[in-house]
Amino acid sequence: MSALADTRAGFARPRAAGQWSQAWQRFKRRPAALIALGLLGLIATLALLVPFVSPFDFATPDWDALFQAPSGAHWFGTDALGRDLLVRLMWGCRISLLVGLAASLISVLIGVLWGATAGYIGGTTDSVLMRTVDVLYTVPFIPLVIVLTVLFGRSFTLVFVAIGAVSWLDIARIVRGQTLSLKNREFIEAARALGLGNATMIRRHVLPNLLGIVIIYATLTVPAVIIFEAFLSFLGLGVHAPLASLGTLVADGAHHLKSHPYLLTIPALFLTLIIVCFGYLGDGLRDALDPHETR
Amino acid sequence: MVQFIVRRLAVAIPTLLVIATLAFALLHATPGGPFDTNRKMPAAILKSIEAQYHLDEPVWRQYLRYLGELAHGNLGPSFQYRNTSVNELIRVGFPVDLLVGGLALLAALLVGGSLGLTAAVRRHTAWDYLPMFAASLGVAVPVFVVAPLLILVFAVQLHWLPSGDWRWGELRYLVLPVTALALPYVAYVARMTRGAAIEVLTSPYIRMARAKGLPQATILLRHALRPVLMPLVSFLGPAFAGVLTGSIIVESVFGLPGIGRYFLVGALNRDYTLVVGITVLYGALIIAFNLLADLAYAWLDPRVRLRA
Repeated sequence: MSALADTRAGFARPRAAGQWSQAWQRFKRRPAALIALGLLGLIATLALLVPFVSPFDFATPDWDALFQAPSGAHWFGTDALGRDLLVRLMWGCRISLLVGLAASLISVLIGVLWGATAGYIGGTTDSVLMRTVDVLYTVPFIPLVIVLTVLFGRSFTLVFVAIGAVSWLDIARIVRGQTLSLKNREFIEAARALGLGNATMIRRHVLPNLLGIVIIYATLTVPAVIIFEAFLSFLGLGVHAPLASLGTLVADGAHHLKSHPYLLTIPALFLTLIIVCFGYLGDGLRDALDPHETR
Repeated sequence: MVQFIVRRLAVAIPTLLVIATLAFALLHATPGGPFDTNRKMPAAILKSIEAQYHLDEPVWRQYLRYLGELAHGNLGPSFQYRNTSVNELIRVGFPVDLLVGGLALLAALLVGGSLGLTAAVRRHTAWDYLPMFAASLGVAVPVFVVAPLLILVFAVQLHWLPSGDWRWGELRYLVLPVTALALPYVAYVARMTRGAAIEVLTSPYIRMARAKGLPQATILLRHALRPVLMPLVSFLGPAFAGVLTGSIIVESVFGLPGIGRYFLVGALNRDYTLVVGITVLYGALIIAFNLLADLAYAWLDPRVRLRA
């Protein structure tokens, strides 16, 4: 008996690297994902700092500096009202990122609750919930959101509540599928055999296993939402006039593209950069958090 | 097969009903009517106008009347374009959408498909890396960024193509709108095709076909093409919906007289009947196209059993 205990002690259990540090190790091996994360961090920091550092204001027109080409004073030039494009651009990034994160959070919350309920309870609840998702999938949401914003006035909150409320469908489907496949796994069966209650089961075993895939899809929802917001703003249905999002900046630039192309190209570049970065970040996270998934 | 179509149509009707009800409810939840103007109208005239549009009836009766008209395919008169019905506006505008959107989808499938297939066959060469790098950018750049950039390069700087406007039958007015609309989907299709083709080409039955000594072209066309098409077909539904909404942007940027532009102008001018009519039309189109995509999917893959 004591010999057995000794042998056990001899095998000092190797400190198992935690799930998250393993994920970080895998993530670090993807240079594209690391660069994307760094760039996004840089843009977010600049978006927060530049408006405090810059001597220019995003809203005040400067009638002596209309349409100035990029220079030492105005690094990215000025727009039709003489406002500094760099400052407006950073405000735009701030609003686009904020809308992207907030709306994605809403859609993740709805999607996870909806999908996990459907998958875990199953039966009639499942078919009612998923039928609803099927019906909502065929509703032409973009026209409806356009109608909504026109009818109820352009409100900043409405924009991201509307976007968040329509972009949860994918997440609900994915979470349901994942929950269904989890439900039949051996470790869940083992946990049930040990007598775990439903609440503990969901908290300890189901949710942690959903977390990875939810983070991945949340990362992919953010750029989709940013594009959607920019789309609404491009049509003049997004943020109000003195404020700017990347969509309104691209729209403003498109009006002056014949005479002052930098007003279009610079915001377009930043919008594309942010979206591309989120794409690579999502790819990296998929590799890091979902190693079984081979595509 | 027939049973499947019937069942799907039976699901489609409640879906359309939801869309129409939503749209109708939105119309009536808004403060103010379509004929509230700054000008004071004599009460008698206002009354007769309201009677003409049945706005004086109780809401439930208006709702039933609206659904009844809708069931007959009648979308009502436009508020903004006087003496013109929404149906007429759609009849004028929709052919433009059909042409531009159809060409864009076709281009996405043909160009994207062949790029993806080439990339998969010549994996790890420039034929793979260059198009795929371009595609990873193309996926990220939305239509409303592509469209003005195309104008900037090809119309303003190179003077090759007109920056907008529309003439039926003239190809040069089509090139830029179709390119702008198609570009993101070319990129998507190229990436999807490459992924699917790599999976198929490394599968045992293709190795078997190679071992039999079949020429590459026969392997690709007879054995590999069909399974490669599968994910493309299931992508067609969302792509179609995307092209519809993308056409709202493309039409307003290039000034094409399609329903996307009517929709936007109508929305900005609170032309309720026009906006609701086009929304219902979009819904019906998306439902119909998803049904077609499912049928094509089942036709391509005999293992798929059609069940609604």
